[in-house]
Amino acid sequence: MEPKTAIFYVLSAILVAASLRVITAKNPVHAVLFLVLGFFSAGGLWLTLQAEFLAIVLVVVYVGAVMVLFLFVVMMLHIDVERLREGFWSNLPVAIGVGLLMVFEMALVLTGRYFGADALPEPAAAAAGYSNTKEIGRVLFSDYVYPFELASVVLLVAIVAAVALTKRPGKDKKEQNVRKQTAVRSDERLRIVAMPSEKE
Amino acid sequence: MNFVMPDFFPAAAEIFLLGMACVILLIDLVVGDSKRWLIAMLTQVTLVGCAAITVYTADGQVVLTFNNMFVDDLLADFLKLLVYVSVAVTLIYSRGYLVARALDKAEFYLLALFATLGMMVMISAAHFVTIYLGLELMSLSLYAMVALDRDSARATEAAMKYFVLGAMASGFLLYGMSMLYGATGTLEIGGVAQAIYNGVANEKVLVFGLVFIVSGLAFKLGLVPFHMWIPDVYQGAPTAVTLFIGSAPKLAAFAMTMRLLVYGMFEVAEQWQLMLMVMAVLSMALGNLAAIAQSNLKRMLAYSTISHMGYMLLGLISGVASGDKHFALNAYSAAMYYTVAYVMMSLGTFGTILLLSRAGFEAEHLDDFKGLNQRSPWFAAIMGILMFSMAGVPFFIGFFAKFSVLLAVVDTQNYWLAVTAVFFALIGAYYYLRVVKLMYFDAPTDTAPIKASLDMRLMLSANGLAVALLGIFPQTVMGLCSFALLRSL
Repeated sequence: MEPKTAIFYVLSAILVAASLRVITAKNPVHAVLFLVLGFFSAGGLWLTLQAEFLAIVLVVVYVGAVMVLFLFVVMMLHIDVERLREGFWSNLPVAIGVGLLMVFEMALVLTGRYFGADALPEPAAAAAGYSNTKEIGRVLFSDYVYPFELASVVLLVAIVAAVALTKRPGKDKKEQNVRKQTAVRSDERLRIVAMPSEKE
Repeated sequence: MNFVMPDFFPAAAEIFLLGMACVILLIDLVVGDSKRWLIAMLTQVTLVGCAAITVYTADGQVVLTFNNMFVDDLLADFLKLLVYVSVAVTLIYSRGYLVARALDKAEFYLLALFATLGMMVMISAAHFVTIYLGLELMSLSLYAMVALDRDSARATEAAMKYFVLGAMASGFLLYGMSMLYGATGTLEIGGVAQAIYNGVANEKVLVFGLVFIVSGLAFKLGLVPFHMWIPDVYQGAPTAVTLFIGSAPKLAAFAMTMRLLVYGMFEVAEQWQLMLMVMAVLSMALGNLAAIAQSNLKRMLAYSTISHMGYMLLGLISGVASGDKHFALNAYSAAMYYTVAYVMMSLGTFGTILLLSRAGFEAEHLDDFKGLNQRSPWFAAIMGILMFSMAGVPFFIGFFAKFSVLLAVVDTQNYWLAVTAVFFALIGAYYYLRVVKLMYFDAPTDTAPIKASLDMRLMLSANGLAVALLGIFPQTVMGLCSFALLRSL
């Protein structure tokens, strides 16, 4: 076996195992950590396909930023694991049955010469000095500039939507009124109340 | 490395709209709550500006730009103009409703503008990536609009359902697109069509991808069995948002279907026609039968949407019959005409619900329409026209829409399909005419006077009269549809 093939099988095995643990882990924090492992292995698989920039981006963006943020959310939210797992074992046989049937059906359609490994040849090795990063940058800002801009508009909509859905105007909004604060008079700050002194 | 500056001129309307949306976003920062009308006004000005630009840039040629990702043809120009009109009408109808519920925030208008931008992108898409991004831009804005009324549990639930199912449908669509990429080696719609025509596409992978594409489209159009979200979203969303979802996005969904199936995969039309035919029959059956059982008008109209989309499909599936392609233009114009007619009727019907709603009261039950004739004979007549038109009673626009798609079906000798369609249309007539009966022959339960701004009254009257008049002169819109398609195919 070539070393590259061996690496592929090792990484794939880790990826499949980690993905399975994501859905079976009892503790949601563990599930997130297994997802991190899954992303990391997928990044490794991309490296073997000479997509080094995408591999690094996957690790930096997903593992470094998204999943860490996700971990914070999972740790802060109180997730009732018991309630989530309710009926897991009783539904499992049906789920496995349906899943296997789907795998069988897809295998019927997909096996054969159209989807087999022969139909998808290995990409040709890149020339020396070829930069993946440079090439992605070139197509992103020239050929794909229109979708690139559209993606930025989608993000803008996400911001507007998030603000619209979470900003609470009105009674439970606590904010300073600077004009009122600076115009305050000393007698409004402190009120002296005359009270009879209490006797012990 | 050679970079050619793309031609921005065909996309001028999109660029203008995006610029104006950003300007409105900034203006909202400085104007106070008392000047909300300014935002609404600017939104309308933006739409008018877009319409002017679209008319100015329309030259009847098929122009591709942005590295073949954006197409500007007469079909796109025509559909975009209709989208502007229906968004503008939606916003006019919605204003009073939103003010009464303190929902008339600038965000509503901004999200509406961004959704419009998404629709324009979809209409002008010539590449799978642009179709997907336009769809997401539109859907994301719509999800947020449904959830905008945060204090309503029903609206939040509807938004959640819409979001989860919508994300799944987008997944279907993406999966199908990736399969097509595998089969043809290109993401350009023109390139896909070329590859299929030249026979270099891997047919098994192609059909496999096609199934997913059709499922994704069926979800967006709301066809049985991918219709589950429609009744809940229509009922749960604030009526103004339901009106928005039920009108302009249908035009964009039609454009998306045309671009993907007709422009991209016309060569395998008989494959997708069969899939769509099953969905059309199921949608007509379930939509019309389930609508009978509803007491909530919004829910009833949701089921009616499902059935109408089924009728629209009748046109799309009659393009090619046993290898003969000369029906295509006629059939697709019929489908387009049906979509346009449906959007007009849908605008008017939901507009009437908005007209009768007031602060703290949603006129969404059938009983709320009882005796409308005694409260306002004029608007009862308008609603009557709309209901007759929806039912397909002769000499309203809805009749000619149904007539033209049925004619397209009969042209392809699919008689059983035409008979089925007529049968379900007869069943459907019952629940539309029930609304008319309630308005004219029952005593009103709600006697509050109808308060609505003058612009809304005028617009609703114009809408109802247009449905009636365009039914008397059906050739005007029909001619425009087939001309736009003829110059774009």
